[in-house]
Amino acid sequence: MKRILKVIGRFFLRLQQKLSETAFGRAVGKVWDRITKWMAARPNSVSVSSSFIAVIAGLLFGFIVMLIVDPSNALSGFFTILLGPFQQGLRSVGDTIFYAVPIILTGLSVAFAFRTGLFNIGASGQLYIGAFIAVYIGVQWDFLGPLHWIVAMLGGIFGGALWGSIPGLLKAFRNVHEVVASIMLNYMAIYLVNGLVRLFIFNPTLNRAQGPEDSSHIPQLFLGELFPRSSINIGIFITIVVIILIHIVLNKTTFGYELKSVGFSPDAARYAGMKEKRNVALSFIIAGGLSGLAGAMMFLVPGTYIRIVDVPLEEGFTGIAIALLGLSSPIGVLIAGLFYGGINRGGYFAQSLYREEIVDVIIAVIIYFSALSLFTQKMIAKYLSRRAKRDVQVQSKGDVR
Amino acid sequence: MIADIFNEIVSVGAYVIPVMIVLLVVSLGGLFSERSGVINIALEGIMVMGGFVGAMMLYFLLYTVELPIQLAVFFALITGALVGMGFSFFHAFASVSMQSNQIISATALNLFAGAVGVFVARTVYGYRRINVDESYRMDVPFLSDIPVLGELLFQDAFLSTFIGIIILITVIILLYKTRFGLRLRSCGENPHAADSVGVDVGRMRYAGVLISGLLAGLGGVFFVVAFQNRFESDVRGFGFLALALMISGQWRPMRIFFISILFALMRVVAARADSIMELRGLEIEPEILRILPYVMTLVVLALTSKRSKAPEAIGEPYDISKR
Repeated sequence: MKRILKVIGRFFLRLQQKLSETAFGRAVGKVWDRITKWMAARPNSVSVSSSFIAVIAGLLFGFIVMLIVDPSNALSGFFTILLGPFQQGLRSVGDTIFYAVPIILTGLSVAFAFRTGLFNIGASGQLYIGAFIAVYIGVQWDFLGPLHWIVAMLGGIFGGALWGSIPGLLKAFRNVHEVVASIMLNYMAIYLVNGLVRLFIFNPTLNRAQGPEDSSHIPQLFLGELFPRSSINIGIFITIVVIILIHIVLNKTTFGYELKSVGFSPDAARYAGMKEKRNVALSFIIAGGLSGLAGAMMFLVPGTYIRIVDVPLEEGFTGIAIALLGLSSPIGVLIAGLFYGGINRGGYFAQSLYREEIVDVIIAVIIYFSALSLFTQKMIAKYLSRRAKRDVQVQSKGDVR
Repeated sequence: MIADIFNEIVSVGAYVIPVMIVLLVVSLGGLFSERSGVINIALEGIMVMGGFVGAMMLYFLLYTVELPIQLAVFFALITGALVGMGFSFFHAFASVSMQSNQIISATALNLFAGAVGVFVARTVYGYRRINVDESYRMDVPFLSDIPVLGELLFQDAFLSTFIGIIILITVIILLYKTRFGLRLRSCGENPHAADSVGVDVGRMRYAGVLISGLLAGLGGVFFVVAFQNRFESDVRGFGFLALALMISGQWRPMRIFFISILFALMRVVAARADSIMELRGLEIEPEILRILPYVMTLVVLALTSKRSKAPEAIGEPYDISKR
């Protein structure tokens, strides 16, 4: 294995030498120098670039799969997926954002729990409970007038937080593994919502829940005119506000500092006098609230209805992927979510050429490579330091002359 | 009266046992991985992958080669097991060789399996379902004539049931009575100590993950054959459930066995609530019955987890320099 890598490495070295003698090569070399120097000065950039490498690896893998399935359409299909959001101009840009919103929020939920050292695999269930409460309010409480959608949305947050509090409390006080509890709760949420929908807001002729009233739909405001015929609504602004809030909580407050400390080392945090149990429970409640908000965003829109299902909603699991890809940072999650929304739209438009699941394949490979990020980061750091050393040598030689 | 109860047990048992065996085999798979110190949330994905390729194989053998049913099932099982093992290699590589976050790599495998299953099925067959709807039950000669027990275990039985029982016994012997088992467990409890007496921790963990892949892949085919009669892009969360049951069973094979019986029983009762006489007179929302098995598992966990017997070193990549 190592020998093969060495041979490949030598080949590239020779190629590089050949190329660097041309004018184009020299220009590229200069830019590359700039980039590597810039990166070497910023340790964060190493982990970000490892995410980039993961994305490129995933896309490459997807492209290869497309080549195998149908070589003649691979290139056009690939670019259709990459340029997904722009297929129908502003309309599909708006739709991309619209579909990305719940996924960004579940990603944020998973990422937030990650920062506390907890793995929230239960975003799906929290989302579903939140969705039910939001839709219930949306259907039944039409006396609220213009406040209707706000109350419905808050109801969604409450529902998710409620469902998230169960694994949080079980973890904090009974030491129940949060992954197992969340998995159980995902299924419980499905059956519970099925039952509640049947009891309270059922539409028997269509075998689904009733749709929420118009007054409870998340408003489009001016976005409807900005992105004509798109489903986009102000959910994206709410999401951005939430992202900023979470960023502030995590990075600028004592509470956030405690949460992160518990994530790094529960024992040390307890020793330092932090209320470890309270923090674990609260972290899960907040994560649940974020998933619940995602549920409200998904279902407080025209044309989407809660159905009687018996498998957990996919959005919860996609959230895990988005959190990982976004390196568990709120802003990273936003970017990763938009990226996912984009290629997902692309998969939708490429349907005539390839089955749209190709997008999920790409995402899975990206996540796998980001799991290997520790390794890629090491390689990048090594490469950067070697380059820095060489630069020093070159400079010192210049000085002698 | 007594005959009625026997009949009832047999008729429920006919549904309970297949479900139980799927959960049991996959849980035992997870046990190997976790006992060696590697968290394996990828059980679900490995099951999907094994079930998917197993179903494709079964489809091919049944309708193209036209093998007899049980023989086709047998080869499908082998295929599924091998595929599961091969697929779990990626998890082992990431979490052992690359010292990655085990949850991330396992999540990637889960995502990948689901996506590839649907993608390939739709590309090859045109829809996301692989239909292998046959009657896979069989009567075992002689043994099926034993009253009650024979009816319960050997009449209309699945091949998977016997393989499952054999696996349970093998796992207990392998884990507790052999040198390999002792070493594997030591890698999950204290890899540094294991390493210091000459156990190759990396190799043991590879073995743990690969065996778990083998069993989960097998479980995936069991699921297709004995539960769903088709492959439909997922395994209804059975991999996750198996993981939960393994933890509820405190990483002990026999406890896992009993918990999976209990869970399967409650699940089947819930699913068949209408047709079970005793419940017919009562007005119970079907959803309540469906939630019950999950609530029960949670309660068991809440009561027992204080003194959790999780392997000490679980989830930590082995780093020799920390010794």
